[in-house]
Amino acid sequence: MLELRDITLHLEGYHLAANAEFKGRFTALIGPSGAGKSTILSMIAGFLSPSRGQILWDNRPLDGLAPAKRPVSILFQDNNLFPHLTIAANLALALTTKRPTPAQMERINAALAQVGLADMGTRKPAALSGGQQSRAALARVLLQDRPLMMLDEPFSALGPALRAEMLDLVAQLAADAGIAVLMVSHAPEDAKRVADQVALVADGQLFPPQSTDRLFADPPPELRAYLGV
Amino acid sequence: MAQRAFAVTLPFVWALFAAGLVIGPVVAVIMRAGGLGGLGTPEYAALWFTIWQAALSAAVSVVLAIPVARALSRQQFPGRGALIALLGAPFILPVIVAVLGLLAVFGGNGLVNQIGGWLGLPRIDIYGYHGVILAHVFFNLPLATRLILQGWLAIPAERFRLAASLDAPMGRVLERPMLARIAPGAFAVIFVICLTSFAVALTLGGGPKATTVELAIYQAFKFDFDLGKAATLALVQLAMGMAAALALFALSPPAGLGAGLDRVPQRWDGRGRVVRIADFCWIGFAALFLLTPLAMIIVSGLPGLLALSADVWSSALRSLSVALGATALTILLALPLATKLGELAGLLGVAVSGLVLGTGLFLLVQPFVRPAEVALPVTLLVNALMALPFVLRILRPELDAAREDYGRLAATLGITGWALWRIVLLPRLRRPLGFAAGLTAALSMGDLGVIALFADGEHATLPFQLYQLMAAYRIEAAQGAALLLLMMSLGLFWIFDKGGRANA
Repeated sequence: MLELRDITLHLEGYHLAANAEFKGRFTALIGPSGAGKSTILSMIAGFLSPSRGQILWDNRPLDGLAPAKRPVSILFQDNNLFPHLTIAANLALALTTKRPTPAQMERINAALAQVGLADMGTRKPAALSGGQQSRAALARVLLQDRPLMMLDEPFSALGPALRAEMLDLVAQLAADAGIAVLMVSHAPEDAKRVADQVALVADGQLFPPQSTDRLFADPPPELRAYLGV
Repeated sequence: MAQRAFAVTLPFVWALFAAGLVIGPVVAVIMRAGGLGGLGTPEYAALWFTIWQAALSAAVSVVLAIPVARALSRQQFPGRGALIALLGAPFILPVIVAVLGLLAVFGGNGLVNQIGGWLGLPRIDIYGYHGVILAHVFFNLPLATRLILQGWLAIPAERFRLAASLDAPMGRVLERPMLARIAPGAFAVIFVICLTSFAVALTLGGGPKATTVELAIYQAFKFDFDLGKAATLALVQLAMGMAAALALFALSPPAGLGAGLDRVPQRWDGRGRVVRIADFCWIGFAALFLLTPLAMIIVSGLPGLLALSADVWSSALRSLSVALGATALTILLALPLATKLGELAGLLGVAVSGLVLGTGLFLLVQPFVRPAEVALPVTLLVNALMALPFVLRILRPELDAAREDYGRLAATLGITGWALWRIVLLPRLRRPLGFAAGLTAALSMGDLGVIALFADGEHATLPFQLYQLMAAYRIEAAQGAALLLLMMSLGLFWIFDKGGRANA
């Protein structure tokens, strides 16, 4: 379980406070642009250090751990695949920085098949559509085999139907693999579609996660302001 | 943690190393230099000539570039792209080759004098200060034109539409503000280049009226063997270079004319018949001025190319190894140095000229070995250091972009250290690396600077061999060697640049 314990972050002209436990299998962070949703993901991933407080996974603090040593994988808004490498070579980097062994190649091919990209391993990312690129990146994250998958609006460039399809795929694959998901989104309908818990980020503060149904049935004032209702 | 410390320390150590390679020889120069009292009237005349020829060369280049750039920016014609690309060629053209080409056009038996003779005009003499300035304009008119052309291209299309809809004079509302921004910087860049242009002064200058400080350093070595005077002159050159580099830094262009929507500008100011004729006259002048000497090298060099002596071939081989070595060293120095701090260390090379470095290195090695014995390694080192600022300027933005785009992804995948370079950074840098390597190899291949201080007949590079052939009036052999040097310089640039683009 992920816990943000008494976290504060001071950046130039910016302040963020977070104190929350994430118990859901699929949690969405929603809130207006610039509220700090992606910043929270950056702290959990190890790209940013909080000014004060601790980030814990299963009660173990993650302080000082390099991004690759943390129990998290992440899908960014863009640049999820190295454009000069084939799809298979991109996926291989989740397992090794050397030439993959036959056993590793089998796992790579299985992951590609899981996301519906069997036989696409030899192509470069530019030869794939936007949706296929997202699937390839998702396959790489699955291969990383970390207990927490973080999504930083990775499907925002896709159309509504394709985005919904990708979210369903993530939810299904994560459930199959027993992986918890933390997703940043500014679209409440995405949260309603796949998340069992939702946490609001607004006014420099992370509000503790609540059940999605309950939160949207009776939104607090900050969420009302964001939704414009 | 250890890896992070390594990542921070390596560029720092490398920056210190690169700075040391420059600062060591400079300290040697300072230790050996006497006071200014050791300089006499000829040396002060050289100082004065260096400054005014650089100022005049820069002024003429910029003034002539203004109409050429204006014409190129507003006229479309077949071959326009090729002509603009060709404006980059003088940068990698060996100076001595260009000088030979200029001699074929403007020299005693050159084209201009032949045509002038038929028309009964008096003969012109290219040797002396006007030859130095002519050669500098030949090299720097294209540079000034490209800089001003970039200024034109940076003006958003919306500004042209606005000016056209108001029928406002383009010159007053767009060109003058752009020139006020670009021209001082262009002048300063060319001024700095001309301050340290040794090979032009060596071949076309000389005598009391056309000796630069760098040529005076060379003469102090070769004719007087007065190392104290050479060091003092080198110190003068260093002070001048540093002052000019600081001025250049201060004259970096401020913010432009605001952002547009990246539309391709449509020009309404180049449509009248008179305007078009004037524009094409300027374009024709620039093309003729640049292409005729190059064409003459090719035409006059072909017969000599087939009868090159063994000396020329062995010097070509030496030059090739020096160029490849300098390229490898520059890239090795540049990759870890492509950071803000590293670029600052590399920029020392802008203020310190090759000949100043050469003087320092001569002073350092001379007590231990015969300088000619180390002529090639020293040339290799100096060529690498001289190319470093350009290479860093090419690589750093690309490296920053690669780190910005893929650094976080690499970090989450645990790709660090050598694996980061191998898997992520080097493949992203292929194009700029190919271009930078091509530039370094071509510049080193054609360099006639520090080698002149160190070399004897046995250790000559191809440019030095070519200079010796010219000095001995063996013109046909020189023309053949010049064509060979031209082909090797451009060939090296082409091979490296092409290699960077292959499958990219």
